[in-house]
This record gives sequence, C-alpha cells and structure tokens, in this order.
Amino acid sequence: MLKVDRLCTEYTDERGRVVKAAQDVSFEVPAGKLFTLLGPSGCGKTTTLRSIAGLERPKSGEILVEGTIVYSSGKNTFVAPNKRNFGMVFQSYAIWPHMNVFQNAAFPLQVGRAKRSRREIREKVMRVLETVGLEALADREATGLSGGQQQRLALARALVMEPKLLLLDEPLSNLDAKLRERMRFELKRLQHELGLTTVYVTHDQSEALALSHEIAVMNQGRIVQIGAPRDIYERPRDKFVADFVGTTNFIEATVVAAEHGADHYRVQSAIGELLACSVERLDRGDTALLSVRPEDIALSEQRPDGINVCEGTVRARVFLGEYLDFQVSVGERLLLARAHPSVKTAVGQRTYLYMPPEKCIAINQSSH
Amino acid sequence: MQRRIDLKWVAIALSVAIVAYLALMPLGFLLWQSFFTPRTAAKAAQFTFENYRVAYASTETARLFLNSLRYAAGSALFAFAVGTLLAWMNERTNTPFKTVFFGLALIPLIIPGILFTVAWIFLASPKIGLINLALQGLLGTDYVFVNVYSIWGMIWVDGLHYSPMAFLLMTAAFRSMDPALEESAMMSGAGILQTAWHVTLKLAWPAIFATLLILFVRSIESFEVPALLGLPVGIYVFTSSIYQAIHQYPSQIGLACAYGVTLLLITTLGIYFQSRLTGRGSKYSTITGKGFRPRPVDLGRWRYLTAAIFIVYLLLIVALPFLVLVWSSLQKFYSPPSIAALQNLTLDPYRFVFNYAPLANSVWNTLVLSTGSATVIMLVTSVICWITVKTKMPGRWLLDNLASLPLMFPGIVLGLAILIFYLNVNIGVYGTLWILFLAYLTRFLPYGMRYNTTSMLQIHKELEESAHMSGASWGTTFRRILLPLLKPGLIAGWIYIVIVSTRELSTSILLYSPGTEVVSIVIWELWENGQYVELSALGVMFIIALFFLVMAAQILGRRFGLKEV
Repeated sequence: MLKVDRLCTEYTDERGRVVKAAQDVSFEVPAGKLFTLLGPSGCGKTTTLRSIAGLERPKSGEILVEGTIVYSSGKNTFVAPNKRNFGMVFQSYAIWPHMNVFQNAAFPLQVGRAKRSRREIREKVMRVLETVGLEALADREATGLSGGQQQRLALARALVMEPKLLLLDEPLSNLDAKLRERMRFELKRLQHELGLTTVYVTHDQSEALALSHEIAVMNQGRIVQIGAPRDIYERPRDKFVADFVGTTNFIEATVVAAEHGADHYRVQSAIGELLACSVERLDRGDTALLSVRPEDIALSEQRPDGINVCEGTVRARVFLGEYLDFQVSVGERLLLARAHPSVKTAVGQRTYLYMPPEKCIAINQSSH
Repeated sequence: MQRRIDLKWVAIALSVAIVAYLALMPLGFLLWQSFFTPRTAAKAAQFTFENYRVAYASTETARLFLNSLRYAAGSALFAFAVGTLLAWMNERTNTPFKTVFFGLALIPLIIPGILFTVAWIFLASPKIGLINLALQGLLGTDYVFVNVYSIWGMIWVDGLHYSPMAFLLMTAAFRSMDPALEESAMMSGAGILQTAWHVTLKLAWPAIFATLLILFVRSIESFEVPALLGLPVGIYVFTSSIYQAIHQYPSQIGLACAYGVTLLLITTLGIYFQSRLTGRGSKYSTITGKGFRPRPVDLGRWRYLTAAIFIVYLLLIVALPFLVLVWSSLQKFYSPPSIAALQNLTLDPYRFVFNYAPLANSVWNTLVLSTGSATVIMLVTSVICWITVKTKMPGRWLLDNLASLPLMFPGIVLGLAILIFYLNVNIGVYGTLWILFLAYLTRFLPYGMRYNTTSMLQIHKELEESAHMSGASWGTTFRRILLPLLKPGLIAGWIYIVIVSTRELSTSILLYSPGTEVVSIVIWELWENGQYVELSALGVMFIIALFFLVMAAQILGRRFGLKEV
C-alpha cells in the first residue's frame, strides 16, 4: 500500500548547517495496517512522516502509494501535499481558531477539487463528527474545546476527506496521562473499524507497543530495526533498541561456545557464565552485550536449581505499587530487577537471581 | 509537474518586485544624483565631485554637522532622562495614580510635530510667549526668561516631543527584566545599590543604549522643530539645510543630495547598531512570561513629589500646548490670554477653516493617501512576511532587509530621493497625487512588515500545513486560513499607518504641488502665511480626529503588546 524506498531528507537549520534528518529509510506498510515510527526526538521520524505527507521535499528516494508515485528523485516527481489526499493529524492539532467545529471539519471538502453540494458536505461532516463523538458540539467555537476534543476534531478533519493514508504526528503527546490512555484505545478501535492504512509517529514506546502492527525504531536518521511490537521488545537487535524500548540491564560478555539449541550460546559475562540467545549468528570469542529486562529476572531467597543463577545482595528497594524495583549487586555489577510486591527480601540481604536463557538477549558487538 | 503558473509564484513575484522597486530605486537615484550636475534642457548631467566638495569644504558644513549632532544628542539625552525617570516611577514605585498616567502619557504621541512646535512658540517665544509674558508681568521686568528660538529651545521642544517614546521603550525594558534576577542578587547578599549597579544596570544596558540610539536617529531626522525654530534664527541642521537647498532659487539638488547621503549614513549607522543591540539584548533580558511584578519601592512621603512630577509633565506636554492652541483658535488675531482678550472670543477661525477652499481638497487627499497606502502596504507585506517567516526560500533575509530599508531614510531625504527619481524617470507621476502615494508606500512599508511579522510569528506552521493536507492550494490557504488569522494585526497595522501617514509632513513637503496638498501641508502653509489663529483652529480639530483614531488603534493593538504610536 505505502512503500518508502531509500528515502533521504535533509534540511538546513537556523545556523545554515545541513541536517541529515532521514537517511536511507525504507519500509512498506500493507493496506489497513498501523505502522509506527518510534524514536527519540531528533531521530528523523517526524521528517520521514512529513516527507510522506509532502510537507518536506526529500533529497532522494521514492515514495509510492497504491502503486502510484508521489515522490521520486529518479523520475523527478513531486506531488504537492494538497494533491496527495492524505489525512494528517498534527502534534499541535492545528485546529483553526477562526472557524467553529463544523467549519474546521468541512474545510477539506470545500477546498477539494471535487465540487460537492452543501447538503453532501453537511452529511459527510456530521457523519465523521459522529464517528469521533463530537456531533453535539458542531456549532461550538473550536477554541472552546478541551485538549481531547481538539484531538478528536483534528482526527475528524483528517478522516472526512476519506484519505488514502492517515498520518499521525505524535497525536497523543499533548494530552494528560489518563486521557492519553483512553485515546489510545479509541484510536486503535477507529483505525481497526475504518481499516485505514496509518503511519504513526511517536517517541513513547508504550504507545507504539500498544497500537502498532509493526514498528520501525529510528535513531540518528536511520531505521535500526523493523518488527512486530513483541519482536522489538523481546528480540532487540541493537543496543539502542534494547535501551530505548523499555528498561533493560546490559551485561558485557564474551562468547565461549555455541550450544546445541538453535540460537543459544554459552557466554562468559561480568556476573559469571550464562546461557544466552541471539538472533544473529555469533562466533567463539565474539564480544556481546547481554540485555536482560528487569521483569525477566526472578528473585528468590533460596538458591534455585539449574543454570543462569547468580548470587547477589539487595542494595535498594523501591515500592511502585504494582511492583517492586530491586537494585541488586552481583560482584561489581548493579542490576535492576522487578518483582511482585510479595517479595520481601530486605536491603542488605542475600538474594538469588535467575535469568531464563531465552530472555538473555546477546547483542553482537564485534561486527560493529 | 510543469503546469500552468501557480498563483503562489505570481503573488510572490509581484510582492518582491514592488518592495525592490520601492526600496531601491530612490536610493539608487539619490546616490547617482549626488555625483552629477543637475540635468537641464541645455546640458546633460555630468559626473562631478563638486556637490561633495561644496558640502564638505566649507566651514559652514562643519558648523552644520556640529549643530546637528548637538541638537540630536541633546534631544535624545533629554528625552531619555525624562522617559526613564517616568518609566521607573511608573514601573517600580508606588506613586499614586500611576495606572491613569500610563494611558495619559501616550496622548502626546498623537499631537503632530508641527502643532507641538507651534504651540511651544506660543508658549515660549521671546516676544509673544506666554511663559515670558507671565513671568515679566509677575516680576515687573522685561527680561526674556525663555527663548524657544535657540539650540536649547529646539532641544527642549524636540526632547519633550520624543519623551513619550523613551517612556514606552524604557517601560518595555523594565518589564522585560525578570525580577527573579534582581531578587536572586538580593538573596546572594547584595544591597539595593549593589544590585542596581551589578545586575539591573548591566541587564538594562543594551536597552538603554538602543533607546538612546533610536532617539538620536529620530531627532537627527526630525524636520518640524529645526524648520520652525532653527531657520528663523539661522541655526541649521541637516534636515533644514536640505529643505533650504531645494527651496532657494535656483534649487541646488546636488547639494541637497550630498547632505541627504550624509544624513542617510548617520541614520543607517544608528539603526544598524540599535538593531544589533536589541538583537543581542534578547539574550540579556529574559522574558519568562511569569506573572511576577517586582514589589514596587515604597517612596514614603516622596511619592507626592513623584506624583507632582507626573502632573507637571502632563501639563508641559499635553495640557499647555493643547490649551494654547485652543485659546489661539478662538481669537480674531493672535493675542496672549488676558481679560481684555477674553472679550474678543470668536469662532471666526473655525468658520474660516471650514470655508477655506484648499482644505476640503487636502482632507480628501489625506484620506485617500492614508487609507490607500495602508491597504496596499498591509496586503503586500503580508505576502512578504509569509516568505520571510514561513518559508526557507533562499534570499529571504535580503527581502526582509529590503522591506525594512526605508526605515533608514529620514522623511525629508526620502522625499528628496523620490523627487529626483521621478524628475528623471518621467512616467507621469510627478506633480500628481501618485508621487505622494508612492512616497507613503515606501516610507511606511517597514511598519507593515513589523505588524505582519509579529502576527505571522504567532501563527503555528501546522495551521497552514493542515490546510495543505486538507487539499487546499496556496491561494486558498492564504485567503481562508492566513488572512483571517492575521486579521487583528492587519487592522492594527492598518490604523497605525493611517495615523502616521496623516501626520506625515517631512516627506510630503518636497513632493506636493498645488492641488495635491495634504492636511499637514495646509497647516505648514498657514504658518508660512502667518495665519496663526486659523492654523490653531485647524490644529485643534486635527488633534481631536487623530485622538479618536489612536483610541481605536489602542483598543485593537492591546493584544500585540507595547507599540510605539
């Protein structure tokens, strides 16, 4: 449906320096799916989205929608944003303050090339306002809406033109935490019901994990990993991805030998010998970084049987309601472990850590 | 995608062409003419340094230069001292009635320079000046106490006239200073004086210097005071010398140009440094947007003194000048207020003014010129500001500077440049209202830029982008999104330009011809003819009309923060 091929976009900042915002970005979004560009601020995700929208003119690459080229450096094609028929929700919502709710939502129908009758516009607008639950506020001044309502209006305005593609630029970042969670579900429901191909930009990893069919994690203008939310979280292929998505412990290690299991390796790490798994092939002697999520470390006061167990001392304990965070020192290393509030081990006491081998992700450092 | 030409590029090209033409042509011809002999029917123009030699080889010029500097520096310092004192009293002390004062202090900005000067002639001339007459009567002497026809008189009148501007600028400076910076100095153990020296003054320094520079520039390019007060007693400054050079027979255009170029250099330097200072100043004075106001200093009993200063100031700058004009407008022939003169009160001058044939015409001209130029400027600059603020088009900084270039031109130099240009390039505008229209367009272009830039900056880029994403073309977006959002700024800027172009004298004075007079020119002519009472009647009505215009501007402009009117 949407195909982005080797996209590069640059711009010049206020001081006249060239910023390479997106470099060699390629991905495909199947029809009806929600694709998320995830990354810290300045990683190029918004630039990529704006290049798809046509608000930014890329330097090179190709963008195709439904097989039609909207941008191609090779063929020197650039379709103006107002000719692309993509709906977009901006971070600031960009609700026009001089129009009321109805006028805001009706604007795309009034300015489009297709001439529509007043009645047709009215019907379409009311239908879309109903979809987002704003039909009662149609005559309200747009400036009088709450944050959540403005967000819905922005969405309604993007949907009313029955776009080929829906582009969402951090649409939830201006809402407070509670509302954000509610809108997250609502967005997912709407996207699912309308079956709209959607590109979503966010820096919030939990939002990305919750909403997407597929996620591309970006860093410094490049995509570092593309995958389903579970893949990204459980099988990070890169130190950056492991660190940015969720919380993790990093442990340096050296590969000792490949184990009989398909992707398991025996490694010598700072906290002892461990069995770890890796997506990439590793060779004996490779240096690797183990990523272990805090919630994957099981704590117990009695030494459990089996492998991947080490002994540590509790250094600090933080109660967070749904769980407890433990800071545990193992030799020289401090590890973060997340445990159920029923774990009662006190500060200063000895504890045993068990890390399941399939949760110890080895990231190859040698090849870089 | 090479299709028909986009409306966007037509609008952009047109706006850029208008700005480039308006800003560059007169400047070019001014420079060119200053190096050539005047073209006559018999002789073509020849290259020469003669103009500069005449202008600079004489001791006259050294005197002229010194006079100009003395006059401008004196007025700037005087206006600054008065304005800063008032701003400090108003912002940082508990002087009574200060809230009322802020509004009242802006009123003098309405009074056109020529009327303010005339009023002070009535008040302080050696022969008929009210102040002299009152003091002489009181003390029984014929000693001349004050003489407005002197360099000190000129500094007094001009400084007083620009003091509200100094007041506004320094008020802005005081307000933009984050009180937390001063408070943290206090908390670090610094006393009031140490804080004032190490923090307040150091922070305010760029603002102080920038204010002094802008006042200096305004004074050196002011025309009314030097023409009315300096010329009769032979005190020449640049602006009045340019006027003299044009109005003597045969007129010496080359010499006027040499003076004009010099004056232009001075003002350009002044404005260049001023803008650099304010650009840097933003680093110093951090506006936090927090609602703190520093706790005002409690003046104790001294607050009656500061209140008295406010009252005296308002008397000097509003009440006395206006009342003396009102008085004079009710006389058959000008005579100082006395019991005897009270018998002769008459409305004759008003009758005369209403029946004065050139007046109706000049009012019409003024209306057409001011509303016409305001409309064109606001629309053209809205496109220019869109380019400079919203796009990344190469060369947009140049465009911004081009549109701001006329700010460097003293009014009379701009008049001179335009005069020369249309004398040489005969496209039929010379001697018509069009030449004044083009002059006003050029002169007030920077104001349109300022208003539109301010409001353009407030419009989030995404408001426009979302219209594009909705399928709107550039023209539709501009008409349906940008112009409505710019509307408050457009209206405020429009009214402001109407006001300043209505008051404008120094550019028009070189460009008008019989039939194309504007109101301020009629006032000038009445003065030249010695028709003081009629001038006063017209002046009183003029001030009242301007007053209502300014009230409208104030109400509309409030949301755009402080603006010099």
